[in-house]
Amino acid sequence: MSAQGQKRLAHWKQSKVWRKRIATAAVYVVLIALSISFLAPFALMVSTSLKTEDRIFTEHIEWIPNPIRWQNYTEALQSFPFLLYLRNTLLVCALVVVGTVISSALPAYGFARLRWKGRDVMFLIMLATIMLPAQVTMLPVFVMFRTIGWTGTYLPLVVPPFFGSAFAIFLLRQFFLTIPQELSDAARIDGCSEWRIFWQIIVPLSVPALATVALFAFIGAWTDFINPLVYLTDENTYTLAVGLQTFVGRHSSEWNLLMAAATVVTLPLMVVFFFTQRLFIGGITLTGIKG
Amino acid sequence: MRERQPNLQGWLFISPWLAGFLLFTLYPILASLYYSFCDYRVLTPPRWVGLANYIALLTDRDYFLPSLWNTFFMLIELPLALVIGLTMALLLNHKIPGIGIFRTIYYLPSIMPVVAVAVLWLWVLNPQYGLLNAVLTPVLAPFGLQPPAWLADPKWSKPAFIMMDLWAVGGSVVIYLASLQNVPAHLYEAAEIDGAGSWHKTLHVTLPMISPVIFYNLIIGVIWAFQYFTQTFIMTQGGPQNSTLFYALYLFYNAFRDFRMGRACAMAWILFILTLIATLIVFRTSVRWVYYEGERG
Repeated sequence: MSAQGQKRLAHWKQSKVWRKRIATAAVYVVLIALSISFLAPFALMVSTSLKTEDRIFTEHIEWIPNPIRWQNYTEALQSFPFLLYLRNTLLVCALVVVGTVISSALPAYGFARLRWKGRDVMFLIMLATIMLPAQVTMLPVFVMFRTIGWTGTYLPLVVPPFFGSAFAIFLLRQFFLTIPQELSDAARIDGCSEWRIFWQIIVPLSVPALATVALFAFIGAWTDFINPLVYLTDENTYTLAVGLQTFVGRHSSEWNLLMAAATVVTLPLMVVFFFTQRLFIGGITLTGIKG
Repeated sequence: MRERQPNLQGWLFISPWLAGFLLFTLYPILASLYYSFCDYRVLTPPRWVGLANYIALLTDRDYFLPSLWNTFFMLIELPLALVIGLTMALLLNHKIPGIGIFRTIYYLPSIMPVVAVAVLWLWVLNPQYGLLNAVLTPVLAPFGLQPPAWLADPKWSKPAFIMMDLWAVGGSVVIYLASLQNVPAHLYEAAEIDGAGSWHKTLHVTLPMISPVIFYNLIIGVIWAFQYFTQTFIMTQGGPQNSTLFYALYLFYNAFRDFRMGRACAMAWILFILTLIATLIVFRTSVRWVYYEGERG
């Protein structure tokens, strides 16, 4: 390298602007490399789902299917009763969402906005239940539901949410705490009951938080696997998650159909996510940080 | 002003949760403790057998102890997820154009339904035609090595699961990222004045400030490992050679395949106690490395 070149290089190194630019470029390179490895399985899923049977097992992976076979999707949807399972899943999801939102907002109000004896102890107990592994309570609850004849119905899936979810209560409490106490105090001086304060002041101000809870409840119910697996006995009542699993058992080597089915089960959730990103991240932030 | 009964009102507002707690948490915990001392096959009433279930489990070298070991092995994932998740969050914390797109991309795998993830990764991990080995084969070939058969090989099945889970690490990245953005800027400025580079700033400002979140994720991670179920139920059913027979899967088999409810309840209680111990250990050691901003002075 010439003397002039070295001088220029030294100048570059000193220049803060350039150092920053190089750092930014390095960050981009790493970000893009990571993105590729995160997206590759998705790309594989979509690409395999459109392949003909004879193009699946190739020596080198063909990312662009040729020919494209859209029928995989209609075949996958026909070989497991997708629409029926979708209806079942949406039914369960709707009831779980309604139950969780209503029955979590009320206790959250009690924990966040009222002063009463025993509140802090009860709140600690509730927090502790978030840590409790589901397996510890699952078996006697199963026996209980079995004794009253609820197995084989949706009731074991949709009734418990009407008793609130500790995680949702925690999230809503964190949000309710951020609403200025003066609003409640002013309403109390005007003779408002706590019930009215809850409905007419707190709930309208908490729509984003309530929507976040609804969203988490929806995704939880959509992806829940073990509960439908344990409680649903009739194949016609299956939800998508369990339906997909039985589909895997029956088409274990037809990867194009399997990938089409996996895409179809994933897609609605992705759509929901894209439209609700802000709520989503906000909700995680609310619980993750102050936890 | 009207007479108020704040105590009664408080209890009234929490009553939905309280009823649920008694019915779906407290009663089942106690019931499973009782069942764990019984021979209980669901169809016949429970019969008291004392410690028999616990003794049978703790001397079971074929299933129970391997399932415990397999689950402990999965704890390796926690530090890996921590390092990868934090690195990704630090990268995403740069305010550069297009960062939102990257954030979404990293997050996507974690919102995919677990069942669909399992199906997809069965294909990714396929020893012969899978994506992973398609990438690894040319990399390993110059060294005369061949990529493993992953889920078909007892030695590699657990690392395969760990890799699959790390793909979905984005869920915790969001939490780390949010906490990174809460670190007060003046702390960085002060560090810069003292001549700290970006490495020192990360080590001495960022990490201490977000340690509570790291701590929270560790506890959740330990509990998560003991509940690891859906992936193995769908992908390997515990095989090959029980190498992916994890705790929650064996518990499920006991309860719902073999209908040994008493033994399954004993497993649930051992799990309960192990979770308590793990949480306590993380809590105890956290005093040394978790820094709470609010607790100063």
